[in-house]
Order: sequence, then structure tokens, then C-alpha cells
Amino acid sequence: MAQAVSTRGPVTGTATAKKRRKLFLLDLYSTAVGKKYAMAISGIALMGYVFAHLIGNLKMYLGPTEIDHYGEFLRELLVPLLPRTVTLWLLRLGLIAMAVLHIHAAYSLTILNRQARAVKYQSERDYQVANFASRTMRWTGIIVLLFLFWHLADFTWGWVNPHFVRGAVYRNVDASLSRVPVAALYIVANIALGVHLFHGAWSLFQSMGWNNPRFNRWRRGFAIGFASLIVVGNVSFPVAVLAGIVER
Amino acid sequence: MSAHGRHLTNLTLKIWRQAGPDTPGRFETYRIDSISDEASFLEMLDVLNERLIADDREPVVFDNDCREGICGACSLMINGQAHGPQRGTATCQLHMRKFQSGDEIVVEPWRATAFPIIKDLMVDRSPFDRIIESGGFITAPTGGAPDANLIPIPKVVADAAMDAAECIGCGACVAACPNGAAHLFTAAKVSHLNLLPQGQAERFSRVESMVETMDEYFGSCTNHGECEAACPKSISIDFIALMHKDYLKAKLANRRELSRT
Amino acid sequence: MDPALDAKIPAGPIEDKWDSYKADVKLVNPNNKRRFKIIVVGTGLAGASAAATLAELGYQVDAFTYHDSPRRAHSIAAQGGINAAKNYHGDGDSIHRLFYDTIKGGDFRSREGNVHRLAQVSVDIIDQMVAQGVPFAREYGGLLDNRSFGGAQVSRTFYARGQTGQQLLLGAYQQLERQVGLGGVRLWNRVELVDVVVIDGRCSGIVTRDLVTGEFHSHAAHAVVLATGGYGNVFFLSTNAMACNVTAAWRAHQRGAYFANPCYTQIHPTCIPQADETQSKLTLMSESLRNDGRVWVPKNPDDRRPADEIPEEERDYYLERLYPSYGNLAPRDISSRAAKRAVDSGRGVGPLKNGVYLDFSAAIQRVGFDTVWERYSNLFEMYERITGENPTKVPMRIYPASHYTMGGLWVDYELMTTIPGLYCMGEANFSDHGANRLGASALMQGLADGYFVLPYTIGNYLAPLLGKPAPGADHPEFKAAAFAARDRFQNYLEIGGTRSPDWFHRELGKIIWDYCGMERNEAGLEKALSELPALYEEFKRDLRVTGDGASVNQTLEKAGRVDDFFQLGMLMCRDALERKESCGGHFRTEYQDEEGEAKRDDEHFAHVAAWEWTGEPMKPVRHQEELEFEAVHLATRSYK
Ligand SMILES: Cc1cc2nc3c(=O)[nH]c(=O)nc-3n(C[C@H](O)[C@H](O)[C@H](O)COP(=O)(O)OP(=O)(O)OC[C@H]3O[C@@H](n4cnc5c(N)ncnc54)[C@H](O)[C@@H]3O)c2cc1C
Ligand code: HEM
Ligand code: HEM
Ligand code: SF4
Ligand code: F3S
Ligand code: FES
Repeated sequence: MAQAVSTRGPVTGTATAKKRRKLFLLDLYSTAVGKKYAMAISGIALMGYVFAHLIGNLKMYLGPTEIDHYGEFLRELLVPLLPRTVTLWLLRLGLIAMAVLHIHAAYSLTILNRQARAVKYQSERDYQVANFASRTMRWTGIIVLLFLFWHLADFTWGWVNPHFVRGAVYRNVDASLSRVPVAALYIVANIALGVHLFHGAWSLFQSMGWNNPRFNRWRRGFAIGFASLIVVGNVSFPVAVLAGIVER
Repeated sequence: MSAHGRHLTNLTLKIWRQAGPDTPGRFETYRIDSISDEASFLEMLDVLNERLIADDREPVVFDNDCREGICGACSLMINGQAHGPQRGTATCQLHMRKFQSGDEIVVEPWRATAFPIIKDLMVDRSPFDRIIESGGFITAPTGGAPDANLIPIPKVVADAAMDAAECIGCGACVAACPNGAAHLFTAAKVSHLNLLPQGQAERFSRVESMVETMDEYFGSCTNHGECEAACPKSISIDFIALMHKDYLKAKLANRRELSRT
Repeated sequence: MDPALDAKIPAGPIEDKWDSYKADVKLVNPNNKRRFKIIVVGTGLAGASAAATLAELGYQVDAFTYHDSPRRAHSIAAQGGINAAKNYHGDGDSIHRLFYDTIKGGDFRSREGNVHRLAQVSVDIIDQMVAQGVPFAREYGGLLDNRSFGGAQVSRTFYARGQTGQQLLLGAYQQLERQVGLGGVRLWNRVELVDVVVIDGRCSGIVTRDLVTGEFHSHAAHAVVLATGGYGNVFFLSTNAMACNVTAAWRAHQRGAYFANPCYTQIHPTCIPQADETQSKLTLMSESLRNDGRVWVPKNPDDRRPADEIPEEERDYYLERLYPSYGNLAPRDISSRAAKRAVDSGRGVGPLKNGVYLDFSAAIQRVGFDTVWERYSNLFEMYERITGENPTKVPMRIYPASHYTMGGLWVDYELMTTIPGLYCMGEANFSDHGANRLGASALMQGLADGYFVLPYTIGNYLAPLLGKPAPGADHPEFKAAAFAARDRFQNYLEIGGTRSPDWFHRELGKIIWDYCGMERNEAGLEKALSELPALYEEFKRDLRVTGDGASVNQTLEKAGRVDDFFQLGMLMCRDALERKESCGGHFRTEYQDEEGEAKRDDEHFAHVAAWEWTGEPMKPVRHQEELEFEAVHLATRSYK
């Protein structure tokens, strides 16, 4: 991080050095604004996934066959055009790429911002508008990340799932979430995600440069709506399992 | 009618004192027994400084000049808020009637790596000049300008440009931003010039070089909005979105021939 | 006519002087320009525009400012607007009318040649600034809007909300920063000029003090340009910024530059009255407010009712009563004195009875709240921040305050002082406003000087110097000057008295305001001239500056400035005493007609008084430049 000139003397020729440009996407990503753009794009993709995932999971309420069949459907996607599970894998790869991009950008921007104020304020800050969500993005993000590992180990690899049966989605969910601490983990994680989205789903409009007095009023509303949809929807599953609504 | 001639009594000031850029600083506590509520915040500091001189001590150093909220020199962190408690008001326009008798008031300099402390409450904000040097202008050498009324500019456009152009370069946006970002300052100048017809020729090269110069010194924007709240000219963060949009256009659209000047 | 004071006005009819000058002025060929180094001190409107333009032309430019950035120069504070004879509104404006209004406004104490040139280039200024992206106010059709200003019957004032000076300065600042970026200008910020160096009769450079490190440096150049603003802060309380000072001009004066008409100071009619003893400066409320505000005081001195309870017939709209044709838009000096008389007659308003009302209720009824708010919102907000009152409900309270100084270093048609190679522009010189400046004309003059005049005229001096060696910064004269400066500042630190520079500045200001302010007379000026030297002696004996000279020390900076203000103050009073007439901003109570209007004495005083430094602040020598009027005939200046 460049420091302002503290050595005294005249200033001149500050704009004469020619910048060397990289390949344009890398060039874009090399700047903070570009990274924010990447965060927004990946964020949107992740939002898309979480949303679709929620819809899929709602099938749980239609009973075992429905949801299991749905899982199967995912694996059967675009068959016979492509072999079984290939499409799913492509989707997974895309998803992983987005998550990695999102996290890398988040990480490097966080470093940049720390350096931008090497010496913190020595008296207490009195924030006016920066809210809890906007100030805890990193932490809520990390919680979601950790949750994700558990989640995969739970439902995809089955490592932490008692008598896990690949493909028996309904059964696996019931088996796992009927354990109170696990259910609690799911609830906490999804609330964290909600908080993350409360800011993220608003913030992305600014980062994308989507700013238009006509719809600016709706940006906050959209964020609240989306975040609560995800939270309510996702939290309902552990609750339903514990309440015995979802039962083998 | 404001209550004229009212006085505030026994204020406690905690002011950051620091002899130089590399020497450690600390808070020092001072008392103001009585001050008129008509006095401005800086006049209150004047009174303190006169007393320090009388006690043969060094007065508090702080930047200020116009004391009309327009030059952008004054720059104090007052009780954790850049330019203090009054919205849309620079430190020099803040008056003591905004405080109560017995208040404790904490005064700190702007803090950002790009704004090293020179002494006490005075910081070096020259990176702002670097950002302007890299593109915050319209290339229009003296002489040979066409008649001023040649290009009509819709009133709304002129007004929007003026909203952005009001920036006084005080640096409160950086000081207030949890990330130490200069997005509001930079976006204000980018928007002022990019909104106007005269600015179109350099629109994309301008935003590109200004944003990249900004990057060399400051943090990134995560849309906290603190800058807008602290800005003495209440410049809107909508301009930040505008800057992002133009920057992406500059990068993604292929206009090497058109604007990679 | 004093030989040293040859204004070098080109011959020929007034309309052609500037063109014929440009036609046969000596030029420096483009490749040779880079062989010349020019120092520009001051980066306000005048300095920034000149530095940028000179660099565009190819000269090596070193620009100096004591601010941290050129954008902070006090030009930034100009609110109302800038004049130009564009006649966009077809209301009969023309270059000649602007020229005449300026001469008349200046009470026939300015130079025809300079003023006409100013009116001519005013047109180019607007084109230039718009091209740079200055967001002037527009009409719905997209064309430029105008407002009318004091002392004019046409509306020729261009404006950008209440921040015209800010927008113009930012425009010039951006041109300057562009040149800094390109390497055409070397910018020295937080560096103050403390002396001017003259070698073999030519100005060869300057000595500076770095306000951050306290170091003294010598800078050599082929020519030096001062654009260091006005000296209104001699009054302590003024609308100038805290740091505005006379140092640069005064140091040049001590090195041989004549100082012209120091007693011509402008008192602005619409400022916020002083509220208490701690007040450090006064804030201007743009004169443009007088377009929609009506000035009045209660007829009855003991009327203590709030404004809205005072019925029409018990109000005295004195400007409308005394000056029917100009009404509330009467020129500044006239409105100021009228306000002073109203307050002196005990009819002042406000808690301290030290102001008059500026009332917008009529305008709000006429054009509606929104329109009025649109026009002045930021001024109204500023007023409320400062006074805690809302001027759309309670009428504003205003009172005159020191605002602008028409006097300054004497310069000829080429803006060169009496020291060859030393130029002076903007408010720092005396040239264009005579005894009183019309509103919105200073921005015009600063930009005219910097963009369109000096870049031409300086070549005339430099061309013959091509190939001739210029003394370097290691020349003994530089060394001597640097030592002298260092000693001077060391001395301030060592006096070890009991009183701060600010204390002395307040006392000095009181004397100047009381005896050399809005109204002057012989007895008062004599009194001032006896009190000032005494106070100055005390300053030299009893000054206290704490801290050291090796880091930022604002008290030390202030000490140097107050020192120079003292010497200037003495010259002001002397000049006011010698000018036995009333004209413009200089009102001698002995010289007024039965209605209390200024009485000029064209027979004996139609001249510029240019003062020469003798080494003794109290013993300056007065020189005269006779003013010839060919295009206009001297008339009594009536705004009735
Ligand atoms: C409150 C207010 C409102 C005004 N409104 C209007 C208006 O509406 N219309 C109008 O036409 N005029 C107006 N004026 C007048 C006008 O603004 C000024 O006369 C004009 O801007 C002066 O410009 P300048 O470039 O000559 O000097 P300034 O802008 O004052 O610049 C002075 C420069 O010199 C530098 N400097 C000074 N001394 C030194 C030194 N010793 N060493 C180094 N640097 C030095 C300073 O750093 C600064 O950069 C107003 C003035 C005031 C105070
Ligand atoms: C996996 C770990 C995650 C981390 C470490 C993380 C971190 C962050 C951070 C630091 C930001 C920047 C705050 C801002 O710019 O406003 C951010 C923004 C965002 N995040 Fe995440 N996040 C994570 C996961 C997610 C997930 C799973 C989603 C969506 C379901 C998501 C959606 C968003 C969105 C939409 C934004 C706003 C982007 C923008 O403002 O440009 N994030 N994230
Ligand atoms: C309580 C809420 C949730 C429930 C009940 C749930 C349930 C499931 C189930 C059953 C699977 C396995 C599907 C299969 O293998 O066919 C799965 C996979 C997955 N879930 Fe969730 N999930 C929840 C919330 C989340 C959240 C909040 C995220 C992201 C932040 C997430 C991300 C994933 C991912 C990445 C996979 C792997 C997908 C794949 O294998 O392709 N889930 N989830
Ligand atoms: S944007 Fe506002 S806060 Fe930032 S520098 Fe400009 S005026 Fe100051
Ligand atoms: S506070 Fe900082 S995060 Fe962005 S919106 Fe303002 S710059
Ligand atoms: S001192 Fe000029 S803005 Fe505060």
C-alpha cells in the first residue's frame, strides 16, 4: 500500500508512467473494483444455487419418493445427451469455481482494507449507517463456509451421517437432523447466511453499478426478502424434522 | 430564535497530540471552563490554543482555513464521527450549540495509511491530488474553446454534475470508511466530469486511471455507506455505483481505439 | 508623471489597444520556452490558471502554495458568480457596457486600458471554463443562466449554485494538476514565500520556508509571478480565510515594488454580524441574495418586536428609499455605509443590535418558496448552521465586513511591477477595480490575468533574455536573503514575551477597523498613525511564540504574517490620510455632500498613489500615476 509522500520536495510527473496492462480479465481482477465485481457475480451465482437448492429441498414435504426422485433427476440431467451425473458435475464445478472466486476476492480485499488503515482509531468509532450485517460479512461468510464442509460431509459424502445411504436423501436428512446439536448447527448457519445476504443482496447492486433512481428503493426490499426467504425456508427443515413432520 | 449568549460550561477535551509522523502520539486531556454556544468548534480550539500559549505550551496543530465549509482543509474526528455529530457539516461549520455543558469531547486526526499524520491533528492528504492528476480533468488547453452556449446541457444533467462537483476534498469519506476507501471522493470527480457532454471524450480513460491510482493508496468499498453520512456535502453513494459502471465499461467493452488514450 | 510609473498602455482607440498589443508583442519560439523557468507563487484562480497555461505553452513552471493543495486557495470561497459581457440574454449588455460599469463602479479611479481589456477577455473566460467542465447553472433549455449583481442594470453574472468560486477554482486546479501529472509544473505545497530576490535590478527568484520542516530554500528563475491574494485580513475580522496575508506582496514591496492605493479596501454589505468575542472570522452571505432579499430596519430605534410582528409602515426599506433605480442592488460601498448609518442611528437589529434585516418573505410570496430555496438553499443552510436561525422564517441579519482589497502591488499594462521580471496578478495587484470592485468581477479578473493576459505579456520580457545567463540559487544575494529570513523567524521564537500573534492581530485589526474602515477622517487616521507604531514596538518586544522552528508551527507562521500586516496597516492609514477626497471604498467624512454621498476631487486626485518603501514603515514615499480618461468622461457616480 503506497504511502503519501512524507519526504518534502516538489511534486511532478506523477501521471507520466505508462501502466503495463495484463490480459483484460486478469487486468480487471487485479483492481479492487474488479474484485468487487467478481464478488458480486460469484455472489449472485451462489445466491442462485442456494435458491434452487431451497426449492429442491422443499420437495421433502412431498414425501420420500418425491425428494429422492428429485435427487435422481439431478443425476439424470441431460441424459442421454451427456452420460449420467456429468451435467451435475459440470454444475458442481461451476459452483466450486464461484465459491473459490468469491472467497479469494473476499480474502484479498480484506487484506487490502486492513492495510488501508494500518493504525486504527484510538477512540471509539460512532458508526452512522454501517450496520451489523455489513460489518460482519467476513465472519458470517466464514461461518457459512465451515457449515458447508460439515454439510457436504453430512449429505454428500456421508462421513458424519449415521447409517448414510447414498441417494436416499430423505432418509439421510431425517437421520442427521433428528440429532438436536446438528439441527442447531443448521439453524445457526442459515441465520448467518441470512445476515450475509441481508447486506450482500443489497450491496451487489452497488458493486455491479446497477443504480437507477427508479428502482433504488427496491434494492433493500429485495435483499430483505431474499435473505428471509432463505432463512425461513432452510430453517424450516431441521425444525420440521425435530417436530416429526418429516418422519420415516 | 436561537438562545443567544448561552454558555457551555466545564467541557473535557481529549485531543490527540503527536509531534511528528514517526513519533508515537497520545491523548491529552484539557478543560474548557466556559465557552459561548455561538462559538464554532474551531473557535473553541482557538481559545484552548491561546491558553496553551499563555501557559508556554505548544498549541494544538490542526488544518483549517476558510472556516466556511468550502475549502476542505478542516479535518477532525470528533467523538468517533468524521466532522462531528452534525450531518452535512464540515468541522469548521460545527457550532458549540450542538454540545452540552459537561460533555467529554474526543478529537482525533483522520486515520488512513494514505493520510500520514504530519503533526497533532494535521494529516497529509496529497494522494487526493495524485488521483486528480491521473485524470480528474477535461483536457481543454487555454484558448480555442468553442462558445459556451454551443452545447446545451439539460438542466437535470448540469444539476447532477453539480451535485457531484460539490466535493470539497476534505477526506472525511476516507476517514469514516471502515475500509479506508476513497471511493466517494473519486466517484464524485469521475461523475462530475463523466456526466457532462464535455467530459465524454476522456470518459473511459479517465475512470480507468483515476480508479487505478486510487487503488495504489486506499482501501476498497464494501458499501457501508459511512462516507455519505460523514460527507459535509452529503454526496450520494449513488455516484460510487456510477463509477463502478463506467469502470466496468472501460475495462470490458473493447474500445482500445476509442479511449485507451 | 513619474518615470517609474509608466503604465505602457498601447496607443490607439480603446477597442484596439489589446489587439494591437498582441499584434506586436515579442514572442518566444515554442522550442525556446522550455529554456525559461517561471516561478508562480499562489495557486488560486489567478495563479493556478497562469501556471497551467504557462506550462501548456512549454515554459518550466514552479508553483508554490502554503496550502496542502491548490484546491484550498481562498478563491474557493467565492459564492456569487462571475461577470462576462456575453449578452446571452439580449438585455443590452456589451463589452463597452461592462467596461463602463466597471470604471464607474470603481469611481473613476482605475485605468481605462486595463479595464477594457478585462471586459474583452471576460467573454473567453466563460467559454474556457465551460470547456473545462465547470457546471454553471443552466436554464431548462440547456443554455447558461445569468443573474444580476450589484452595480449593474443588466444580468451578466454566471454562477454555479452558491459555489461559483469553488467550481471555477476546481476547474483551474484540475488544469494545473493535469500539468503537474504531465511534468510541466513542479508543485510545492505547504511552502511559503518569505522573500523576493532582486539581482542587478531584475527579479531573480524567491526564498521560501517549508511549513512542514521549517527549512529555508532559495529558488532561482527568469521571472517570478505573484498571485497571492488580498490583504483583507489586516482587519483581523474579515471574510477572508484564516491564512490570507500580505506577506508575499509586502516582501516584494520591501525589495522595491511600489504598493498602490492600499487604502482602497472593500467592505461587503452582506455578512453575518459578529456574534461573540471569540469570533475568528466573518462569513459572507453572497450579494446575490440582494436579488430577492429586501433590506430594512425598524423605523423606531426602540422597536424590540420580532421582525414578523413589525407592520410594513413601521419598516424602513432604506436602500429602496434612497436609491430608487438600484434599490437593494446598490453598489457595495454605498449599501455598506447605509447599513452602518442605520445601525449607528440605533436601529440595528439582533441581540447585539449590530445588524440589519435581509428579508425574503416578499420574494417567497412572489415566486414561491421552492424557487427561492432552489436559488439560495446552500446559503440559507450555511446561515442556519452559523446562527441557528432559519432565514426563510426569520429574516437574515447582515452587516458589512472587510471583504476585498482593491489596492495592491502597482503593475503596468503587462502586469509587471516596478521590479523588472516580477509580475503580480489577481487580487494581489491593484489594477482593474479602482476605488471599489463590482460584485462578480474579481473572479473575472483573476482568470483574465492568469489565462489570457500574463501568458502573452510575459513573453515580451523573456524574449530578449534568451541565451543570457541568469543568476543561480547559489548567488550570494540568495544566500544573504535566506539568512535574513532565517534570522527573522528565529527572532520571533526568541523574543519570549507574553502575548500571542493572534492577540496583536486582534488589536491591530481593531485600530484599522475603527479608523481606516468604512468611514475615515483626518483626526482618526492621525490617531491610528500614532497608536500603530506603539503597538508594533510592543509586538517586537512582547511577542510570544511557543514551540520550535523545525516542524509545523502555526503560531510562528502567524507571527511573520502579523509583522507584515503591521507595516501594511501603517501604509494604509498614511494613504487614506493623503487621499483628501472620498471615492468608492475610501470614504472620508470630511468629503461628502449634504446627502452624505461621496465627494470625489478629480482635479487633485484622479491618480493612482503608488508608495515606495524606504526601510522605515512610517516614512514611505508617495508617487503618482495620473489617470487619463479618453473613452469615458468623469461623472459623479450616482445610483439614485
Ligand atoms: C467570501 C468571499 C466571497 C467572494 N465572492 C466573490 C464573488 O462572488 N465574485 C467575485 O468575482 N469575487 C468574489 N470574491 C473575491 C475573489 O474570490 C478573490 O478576489 C479572488 O478569488 C482572489 O483570487 P487570487 O487567485 O487572486 O487569490 P487567492 O485565491 O486568495 O489565492 C492566493 C494563493 O496564494 C497563495 N499564497 C499567498 N501568500 C503566499 C505566500 N507567502 N507563499 C506561498 N503562497 C502564498 C495561497 O496559498 C493561495 O494559493 C470573494 C471573496 C471572498 C473572501
Ligand atoms: C463461503 C464463504 C463466504 C465468504 C468468506 C464470503 C465473504 C464475503 C465478503 C467479505 C463479502 C464482501 C462484502 C461486500 O462486498 O458487501 C461478500 C459479499 C457477498 N457475498 Fe459472500 N461470502 C461467502 C459466502 C457467500 C455465499 C454462500 C453467498 C450466497 C449464497 C454469498 C453472497 C454474497 C453476496 C451476494 C455478496 C455481495 C457482493 C457485492 O457486494 O458485490 N457469499 N461475501
Ligand atoms: C437446512 C437446509 C439444508 C438442507 C436440508 C440441505 C440438504 C441437502 C441435501 C440433502 C444434500 C444432498 C443432495 C444430494 O446429494 O443429492 C445437499 C447438498 C448440498 N447442499 Fe445443502 N442443504 C441445506 C442448506 C444448504 C446451504 C445453506 C448450502 C450453501 C451455503 C448448501 C449447499 C449444499 C451443497 C454445495 C451441496 C452439494 C450439492 C452436490 O452434491 O452437488 N445446502 N444439501
Ligand atoms: S466526497 Fe465528501 S467527504 Fe469525501 S472528500 Fe469530498 S466532500 Fe469530503
Ligand atoms: S463507507 Fe466505505 S465501504 Fe464504500 S460506501 Fe463508503 S466507501
Ligand atoms: S476550514 Fe475550510 S472547510 Fe473547514
